Amino acid sequence: MVQNLDYLKETASQTAGPYVHIGLIPKQAGFDIFENNFTNILADENTRGERIIIEGRVIDGTGTPLRDALLEIWQANADGRYNHELDRQKSGKVDDDFRGWGRTGTDFDTAVYRFETIKPGVVSGRNNRDMAPHINFWIVARGINIGLNTRMYFADEADKNANDPVLNLIEQHERRKTLIASRDDSGPVPVYRFDIVLQGENETVFFDI
Amino acid sequence: MEFYQRDRTLQPAGYTPIYKTSVARSPRQSLLSLQGSLSEVTGPVFGQNELGPLDNDLIRNYAKDCDPIGERIIVHGRVLDENNRPVPNTLVEFWQANAGGRYRHKKDTYLAPIDPNFGGCGRALTDENGYYFFRTIKPGPYPWRNYVNSWRPAHIHFSVFGSGFAQRLITQMYFEGDPLIKECPIVHVIPDEDAINRLIAPIDLNGSVPLDTIAYKFDIVLRGRRSTLFENRLEGN
Repeated sequence: MVQNLDYLKETASQTAGPYVHIGLIPKQAGFDIFENNFTNILADENTRGERIIIEGRVIDGTGTPLRDALLEIWQANADGRYNHELDRQKSGKVDDDFRGWGRTGTDFDTAVYRFETIKPGVVSGRNNRDMAPHINFWIVARGINIGLNTRMYFADEADKNANDPVLNLIEQHERRKTLIASRDDSGPVPVYRFDIVLQGENETVFFDI
Repeated sequence: MEFYQRDRTLQPAGYTPIYKTSVARSPRQSLLSLQGSLSEVTGPVFGQNELGPLDNDLIRNYAKDCDPIGERIIVHGRVLDENNRPVPNTLVEFWQANAGGRYRHKKDTYLAPIDPNFGGCGRALTDENGYYFFRTIKPGPYPWRNYVNSWRPAHIHFSVFGSGFAQRLITQMYFEGDPLIKECPIVHVIPDEDAINRLIAPIDLNGSVPLDTIAYKFDIVLRGRRSTLFENRLEGN
């Protein structure tokens, strides 16, 4: 016999279910209950950085877009700093007008999700290797037993993407493209399009983080 | 301050044919293992000033003329990490059906009625000891389309943040003694019997308010952070 390791066990995940909107974005469920709602708008007028819109769909293995998915994003600010005490990078500074987190649901009719945010800066990664600008995504829905983690990168940062330590972990080069959002400059605010494919051809790379 | 590797033997797989909707919504490729960087070990911080005074009282936060119908219950417990340390000041959100098993949601068409005095959602921040509590009515079971005759056990959905985005968790709390738990495909996507049992909240008479409200206790465990002296460096200087 040996001593017991007295670690606790992580609570098991369960699906967010079809009615996740009630708890996390009740206005989409069809009612108004909280004074303060969490939204898909991450930046206010004082936030530093380039305004961008991110739009896309979450697509299942049959090619059908999900109309009941919930997405959250987490990102650094324009300087590449996270608004969190564990970010002790010496470069850049925290932006008090930017938490860096937002949530939204895919639309019940169009199946499109949308975030309004700013483009993040470069963040220092493990072993001093810079990570290209990126946004962390977390996706839950009916039929998803445990939240899926992925990252969105920016098509207009090709040089930084080529040296990104995380993209370079993806053995199949073709699959790296699944994490890179295209940029559309035809409107007043640049729109990045980022579809997430849950299964099959062009399946998005998901991470065990 | 990266996290311990997630123990996937205690977590459901993505592809679980007994829960039919998971079949088309689960990745076929392996998840790519990624050591934590700043992007994973940090996460959003929330403040008490973002919550309203009734946000943790589902009996009152949508009541129009009177209290909602149903068994009055308190749900309380702690958010801990795998190191058995409290997770303070973290956001816990919860949502549920009403006493008849009906959700206030434009896509729920079950024939049990909406309760005009019940919204079905709330939220709380844990205190410095990781403790949270809220008051609600006990949700009812309801039918769903998996097999022809599938019924969900009574449950409350929980969403928890922790202090880093890699701790983000959604789960469901079940109630001690519910005979539908053993029949439920969504429960049984979890491959470990003890892990299932940890989702079942016991009645807690000590936490109850006599002649008023009965309590259930539900602790939640998030991933723990590594704290050895031989720290891997996450970032440069």
